[in-house]
Amino acid sequence: MTPGDRQIVFENVSKFYGEVLGVNRVSFALDPGITSLVGPNGSGKTTLMNLLTGLIKPTQGSIRVLGLTPNQPIAFFRRVGYCTQFDSFPPGTTGYDFIFWPLRLHGFGKEQAAKLTSEALERAGMSQFARRKVAGYSKGMRQRMRLAQAIAHHPSVLVLDEPLNGLDPMARAESIALFQELARQGMHVLISSHILEEVDRISDRVVLISSGYVVAEGQIREVRKEVRDHPLQILVRCSNAPRLASAAFELDHVVEAKILNDGRGVLIRTRDAEEFYLLLNKIVSGGLVEVDAVAPADDDVNSIYQYLIGSTGGPS
Amino acid sequence: MSTPGLVARVQKWSAEQPWRLYASQISVLVRGEVRRSLFSRRRIWVYLLAAIPVLILLSSDLFGPRSTEAWYIERTTQVLAGIIQLYYVRLGIFFACMGIFTWLFRGEMVERTLHYQFMVPVRKEVLVIGKFLAGTLISIALFEAAILSCFYLAYARFGSAGSSYVFDGPGMSQLGSYLLVTALACLGYGAVFLALSLLFKNPIVPGIVLMGWETIVPIFPGWAQRLSVTFYLKHLCPVTLPVEGPMAIFTVVAEPVAPILAVLGLFSLAFVVLVLSCLLIHRIEITYTVE
Repeated sequence: MTPGDRQIVFENVSKFYGEVLGVNRVSFALDPGITSLVGPNGSGKTTLMNLLTGLIKPTQGSIRVLGLTPNQPIAFFRRVGYCTQFDSFPPGTTGYDFIFWPLRLHGFGKEQAAKLTSEALERAGMSQFARRKVAGYSKGMRQRMRLAQAIAHHPSVLVLDEPLNGLDPMARAESIALFQELARQGMHVLISSHILEEVDRISDRVVLISSGYVVAEGQIREVRKEVRDHPLQILVRCSNAPRLASAAFELDHVVEAKILNDGRGVLIRTRDAEEFYLLLNKIVSGGLVEVDAVAPADDDVNSIYQYLIGSTGGPS
Repeated sequence: MSTPGLVARVQKWSAEQPWRLYASQISVLVRGEVRRSLFSRRRIWVYLLAAIPVLILLSSDLFGPRSTEAWYIERTTQVLAGIIQLYYVRLGIFFACMGIFTWLFRGEMVERTLHYQFMVPVRKEVLVIGKFLAGTLISIALFEAAILSCFYLAYARFGSAGSSYVFDGPGMSQLGSYLLVTALACLGYGAVFLALSLLFKNPIVPGIVLMGWETIVPIFPGWAQRLSVTFYLKHLCPVTLPVEGPMAIFTVVAEPVAPILAVLGLFSLAFVVLVLSCLLIHRIEITYTVE
């Protein structure tokens, strides 16, 4: 087994709709875990997911998922589940049938498909609504039903396009817990979302995309380090904020040290976090300042997103 | 058995016996499509197309003149031949197949549900065959029922003379031929409209062109006539209609072909067009916004 057989690999992938750019020259390789695709409206997130699952074909480049391509549908879709953003269902279908019949196409017998259907409905919290027609579901219920269908056959790769849209806070928390559990089991979970705080909390890595180009990719903190134009912000809660601020200002790489309004903390902006932490250790060990808490203030997805893409992200 | 074990066992089974998997998938696809399409409100106009001659014959039975004379049975046979050859084969089945078969894929694009069919472990060719068989089953069931009803209504009113014509005379053989023609018409038109729906975003215009082609094909050389569905069906019709009057435009003057060759020819035509559809399906992308 080669490393590529465990990865999702995009190699120089471009997609044009006539003369309109979908995505351009996208290359990355993703390991198992939770990966978030982040970008504004029309940036190409759904295009990337549709390319990955073969719903659309790349104009150039190649895509392999665990060593497979969508041209091998039987092996491919056994291992891939996709919860799309298309909010449409076969007319007249019930929630149960929506999960059951695709499982029959996988080759499962009636009893086996029924067992997997019940299991998927339970995991998505939809068991009690399964016999009702999907047309009568709320948006959140339809979202959970699509999620149930995507996980029903126990795929190794789960692709989720805005999976938290339309979910109430409780269902959102349950879904996030499910994604984390699946990732712990060794699955690839690829999520696109505009709810950056939640993405930040659960992602092992991010792919930032803007106007069809991948602008950054990797673990969130690694990506943050690469954004050298923007000094890193570090929040230090301490007993003697003016003393810490003046010590910090003596360092070349510190560009700003702002004492907080309550006088019990300093917001440092530095180009070299490691150097600053060494200074902080020295100050603490010298007994000059008592430090209550230290936390990076902007190595989250939201900040990186603003630095790289230049907006707050907005609904995508 | 644990769920992962169950999943692994099915994966192993389908990898070892792909043809059994394909057969099982086709069976599931056909049942799903029949359930989805047969009783759909969108199909009401198709049912009407099939039912119009039945309703006319029924009203004729109820309110029309009654006679048991031999010449009247002969005339009824000619009227029935006209209904089947001119109405059902040239118009009813043609437009019904246009509605049923173009909707198999294009309809799912319009309803934005085709992606579900593309996200299951099913080869696209299997998807095409499954949907084609479902469409064929629906159209054959509908029109064979209509033909049987027409046949019954046409001869039942003659009482024992009608029974004698059907069971002791040429009636039963004619019925068999009409049922065969109907099934082959559904097969041939169905394959063509399925391919057109995969080739064009709006298959109505090419459908009308096809209608024109089927109408004017008799004036073309023999090899060109073989590219028409009605060419093969003509040779299987048991009663020859007179080629005169304004209705002559809908009759086909074809080069003579043996019935068995006509059946094989139509099967070959449907097969070739179905293979084309299997190739065309690979071009389809899920871009609902452009539909």
